[in-house]
Amino acid sequence: MEALVASAIGVLVACGVYLILRARTFPVVLGLALFAYAVNLYLFVMGNITLGAPPVLQEGMEIAAYADPLPQALVLTAIVIGFAMTAFILVLSICAYVSLGTDHLDGREHTQ
Amino acid sequence: MTPLFIVLLPLIGVLLPLLFDRFGRLPCTLSAAFPTLMALGMLFSMGPAVMAGEVFVISWPWVESLGLNLAFRVDGLGFLFALLILGIGALVIMYAHYYLTNDDPIGRFFAYLMLFMGAMLGVVLSENVLLLAFFWEMTSLSSFLLIAYWSHVPAARQGARMALTITGLGGLGLFAGLVMLGNMVGSYDLSVILASGELIRAHELYVPMLLLVLLGAFTKSAQFPFHFWLPNAMTAPTPVSAYLHSATMVKAGVFLLARMHPALAGSSEWFFIVTGVGLLTLVFAAYVALFKHDLKGLLAYSTISHLGLITVLFGFGTKAAAIVGVFHIMNHAAFKASLFMTAGIVDHECGTRDIRVLGGLKKYMPITFVLALLGSAAMAGIPLFNGFLSKEMFFYEAWKLPLMGDYPWLVPAIATLGGLLSMAYSVRLVYDVFFGEVGETPKKPHDPPFGMMFPVGVLVAICVAVGLFPEPIIGPLLTAASAAVLFGDPGAIDLSLWHGFNAAVVMSLIAIFGGTLFFTQRARLYVLADKIWPDLTGKKVFEQLVEAVATAMRTITSTLENGSLQRYIALLLGFSVLAAGLPLVRFGIEPGPMAMTEIDFVSVVMWLILVVCSLATAILHQRRLVAVIVIGVVGLVISLAFVQLSGPDLALTQLSVEIVTILLLLLALFVLPKSTPHEGGFTLRQARDIVLAAVAGLGTALMAWLVMTRPLESISRFHLENANYPVGGGNNVVNVTLVDFRGFDTMGEISVLLVAGLGIFAMLQGLDFKYVEGTISRARDRYPVMLTSFSRPLLALIILISIYVFFRGHNMPGGGFIAGLITSVALILQYLASGIDWASERMRINFKLLAAAGVMLAVLSGMVSWLAGLPFMTMAVQFSLPVIGEFNVVSTLFFDLGVYLTVIGSMMVILSNLGHLGQIEEEYDENERLTEADPWKP
Repeated sequence: MEALVASAIGVLVACGVYLILRARTFPVVLGLALFAYAVNLYLFVMGNITLGAPPVLQEGMEIAAYADPLPQALVLTAIVIGFAMTAFILVLSICAYVSLGTDHLDGREHTQ
Repeated sequence: MTPLFIVLLPLIGVLLPLLFDRFGRLPCTLSAAFPTLMALGMLFSMGPAVMAGEVFVISWPWVESLGLNLAFRVDGLGFLFALLILGIGALVIMYAHYYLTNDDPIGRFFAYLMLFMGAMLGVVLSENVLLLAFFWEMTSLSSFLLIAYWSHVPAARQGARMALTITGLGGLGLFAGLVMLGNMVGSYDLSVILASGELIRAHELYVPMLLLVLLGAFTKSAQFPFHFWLPNAMTAPTPVSAYLHSATMVKAGVFLLARMHPALAGSSEWFFIVTGVGLLTLVFAAYVALFKHDLKGLLAYSTISHLGLITVLFGFGTKAAAIVGVFHIMNHAAFKASLFMTAGIVDHECGTRDIRVLGGLKKYMPITFVLALLGSAAMAGIPLFNGFLSKEMFFYEAWKLPLMGDYPWLVPAIATLGGLLSMAYSVRLVYDVFFGEVGETPKKPHDPPFGMMFPVGVLVAICVAVGLFPEPIIGPLLTAASAAVLFGDPGAIDLSLWHGFNAAVVMSLIAIFGGTLFFTQRARLYVLADKIWPDLTGKKVFEQLVEAVATAMRTITSTLENGSLQRYIALLLGFSVLAAGLPLVRFGIEPGPMAMTEIDFVSVVMWLILVVCSLATAILHQRRLVAVIVIGVVGLVISLAFVQLSGPDLALTQLSVEIVTILLLLLALFVLPKSTPHEGGFTLRQARDIVLAAVAGLGTALMAWLVMTRPLESISRFHLENANYPVGGGNNVVNVTLVDFRGFDTMGEISVLLVAGLGIFAMLQGLDFKYVEGTISRARDRYPVMLTSFSRPLLALIILISIYVFFRGHNMPGGGFIAGLITSVALILQYLASGIDWASERMRINFKLLAAAGVMLAVLSGMVSWLAGLPFMTMAVQFSLPVIGEFNVVSTLFFDLGVYLTVIGSMMVILSNLGHLGQIEEEYDENERLTEADPWKP
């Protein structure tokens, strides 16, 4: 499972980075969204992988058996903030497009 | 305490002239003179003890971890300098009162002057070398302010900038050198440093440290090749030139040589560098001075030359030479300050300081003439003046110098040449200004008011008195100062006027008569100099250097910053990959010892879907709607992954956020272009991006893999053990962490959410669609009847669920974040199903206010604990009240409610404002809209 998760993170990062490097705003937003997934997943697995033991306390269970709750708490807020940031840059790109007439990152169309 | 007050009084005095400025010139001047004289009085009170050889050291810890103490030291050397600074300072204040015109802001002038005075006193009285460096910088800055005092004159601004650059550079070098010095001996206190000379000179870093310290000393004392800032600083008002640029600040450099003499001097490196630079400066500057037609320019180069002389003396490294160096510091301060003030008088009364224009002033300014004559005689080293004594002793030390091996004549010859040139320009100063034909000056010359001549008179009187009776007047002070420089007993100092017929007398005679002869031949020399003197000045070199640096920087900047954001991001990512990748390579890529968890079939399928959809997003991004759909799948798989990996709270959060995100992207596509234009085939840039992306992905995957295969040491055990009892009172550890253990973090995060919402609201206000008018088209479809009819009863149901999720959050997956997201989704569904107009009419809630109220509630619930005297955000508080007795308040529920409200408020602000973008567009096809049928209207 570790290899599966690690490779998934890698694929997400690669696709995210590629999109972040595009010339138009919308792909960049998509790239950042992919990148955010990757970062959240990455942060999450810093507590290592535990199957079938969510950190909700139950009678008669070893403390050591639970999944690490701390990265989960951090990632939970990170997901919500990630959304807020995605929304923010999306609106920023809308504003740029509407007031500049182009959605190119540099604010002007490059003539070939 | 007295040393502290001596430094602090002028610094407090900075404010007085600014306050008294409004009461007129005289009160302003007095307000500057008062602290100066008071500090001078305090200094005198310490006089007898210092003369008796006592050293006062006081110290308060300041930044102990850095070894920086507020420590002051009054020994003979510090006393001598403080005396010069305060004594000449008082005279300069009086002189400036008459010198400055009514147009000059006098309060500002005296404020700067007092600032400089305090800084300079700090330099000479510091016990801690870091403190010394601090005051050193302060003198550079206050000097900058004073040179640029007439800031409307471009030359003043240029001169000030040049002085600051050069002395600031030296100051940095000095600071580095002093830190090295402190590390060598293990203390920044002078008492320790001065006593560790042997250790310092034997240290392997001695030479670099010495070079850095000397850089500071030479730049400040205008030694070759850093000399050129001083003549350019002559744009300052003359009182400043007299005070800073001849008597005190430029002496800070030689003061440093004297101060560090016990610790640094005595090595051959010290001898060759310091003596060599000093001799070069001595002769070169004296030669240039001879050709300067500006009175102040001549004096400036003469100052550089005399500073060179003092530097040479400290460079010799012998006891006797160091004593002469201290002696010449005093003498030079007296006669040069008086000559500068005289030059100021001539300038003030004649309206020019060009020696070619001036002449015959003896007739009009008899008193000024006498003062100038006496001052120049001291500068030239004529017998019976103080300058003669120290110059004679300098010649003697140069003659006796044992260190020159096969060239014993070299140093005495250069010294004599310097003396000869000094004589020549002194004669020129007096003769060309006061004798000869009367020149056509802008003003009719006459003697200045008494107040302007008095300070000059005092200084000249000192020159003559010391020249006639050196032993009784200056003997004790010189002995005490020399004891401090030598860090030991200087022995008996012979200050008699006549030492018998020796080499020094011969050198003096050569200098005096040769100088006079040189002067008489000056007309031919000027012609010659104009022919052979290269058109190369320090100022030009400096300006070209500055220009070259600026050009180079501009080139670098324009190369790196070509205006392409894509390139910046690529550089940023490239360097991030490097920064993360290098340690990865260095520490090796070895997986840890942990056994892998099992892989099941469903996980593999999910993994496949994730990979395919991620790649599809990247590949199909030009068809934007398709890309939004596939990225939605990615988000859903991620939330499933959280389920599988024991993160139910995360799965719920991710799921609700995913729905909202996709909605958001779709709304944005309403305005933005629906597809990305092709950029012309497979380009080099695309290849670069693919490589960069692949490397970044591979690296991140590797890092995650390496961490996951290693055993985990986490602080989470504490959270798990204390979540229910005694701290948190809940079984869902993630939620307890959010609202209790790390509540402060959560508070910050909901604030970010609020700010993002408000930012989006602000950005969308008043957008002008004129550039993109034609490109946005509105969908003509009706709102789907099925969705509309289901969404309304669903609203109540979903809100009910969200309340349930909210309350069970402390013990089961759920809580404020998730409940807030679920409620938002329910509300947004109404917008989606029935249209913005319909929903807005019915939802009359100010969501901005709601979000703000949520943050406020969270903060307030954190403040409850203050009532019980506990730290902020202590969530479970036990109160005991009279009558009622003890009771518990657990404010986590209110905190979580705050989170809930903030999430709803922000989400709705973001989405409804984006949704309203469509409304703005509707105004363009108002008529069409009216004909459109609404299924819910009869």
